[in-house]
Amino acid sequence: MSEHIVPVKVYLAIFLALLVGTALTVVAAFIDFPWRLNTIVALTIATIKATLVVLYFMHVRYGTRLVWVIVASALFWMAILFAFTFSDYFTREWLSTGY
Amino acid sequence: MIESHATTEGIHGHPALQHHFENMEQQREAGTIGMWVFLVTEIMFFGGMFLAYALYRSYYPASFASASNHLDITLGAVNTAVLIVSSFTMALAVYFTQVGKQRPQVICLALTLVLGLTFLGIKAVEYHDKYTDHLIPGRLIPSAPFGPAVQEEGQPLDHHKVHLLPGATLPQVEMFYWIYFAMTGMHALHMIIGAGLLTFLLIYSIKGRFDPEYHSPVEIVGLYWHFVDIVWIFLFPLLYLLGRHFEHG
Repeated sequence: MSEHIVPVKVYLAIFLALLVGTALTVVAAFIDFPWRLNTIVALTIATIKATLVVLYFMHVRYGTRLVWVIVASALFWMAILFAFTFSDYFTREWLSTGY
Repeated sequence: MIESHATTEGIHGHPALQHHFENMEQQREAGTIGMWVFLVTEIMFFGGMFLAYALYRSYYPASFASASNHLDITLGAVNTAVLIVSSFTMALAVYFTQVGKQRPQVICLALTLVLGLTFLGIKAVEYHDKYTDHLIPGRLIPSAPFGPAVQEEGQPLDHHKVHLLPGATLPQVEMFYWIYFAMTGMHALHMIIGAGLLTFLLIYSIKGRFDPEYHSPVEIVGLYWHFVDIVWIFLFPLLYLLGRHFEHG
């Protein structure tokens, strides 16, 4: 078996990082950042937490290349979903005809 | 996957090895890949709802902040912590299965199940609070249609009333609650399914069905459980936190 067993120490470190991230995101929510940065801050923390879960708890860091491709495909299709929808909705008011 | 008990022992070695796989490692990798493909479809499914949230929030920022601020931040944060601890115990359950320690494996699976049920209990309390404040959207509950009391300026602060920020309207607040109940409801459904899967794992684990060579069911349910955790990692800040700085800045 060529399987990688993640040591408990690593799980513990990720677990603590996730708890710290949760505390940080709550504290950051009550700070009034300039230029609507609150959304960016919250999403950045959430994305970091999700990445830690995917890489370590879900073992993708030690996974086969095929697993990497499958995970990347999810991000790719999500990017298309958001990019194409927003490019529609946010450009509608450019037309004088209304919608 | 859990029900797989081929009778090829003696030829291929492990009793759980299916005849169409060369060995246990190939079988496990195929299972992991299958689960990931399923999770990609799940990501797209939740992605559509996140998209709806993002669009309506950008259209009605003041209303979404007002509605969001009515949610209980303490219960939301506690639930986030509960889910993260449950993900940790799930990861440990996989670890103890991989190293062949049955007792800690059973304990970790049981803890994960209990934490998952704790999350659902807290969620139920929150849903009930929304019910008593008349925040269930539309006429989903015919006897209690949407119609929250509005906090007026100068009145003593009442946490059962919705505080409308400048520019916010009740129909748009209702839109937030449609999305809130759709997303947290779908998430809760996934938690219920996860709790069911964990119950099966726990029974088989007590029977000693898993070992270092055969642990894919634990690994695969773990992937599902962590995925549901990730959905909540995004839901918590988006639904509970993003409007807070308007009131406390």
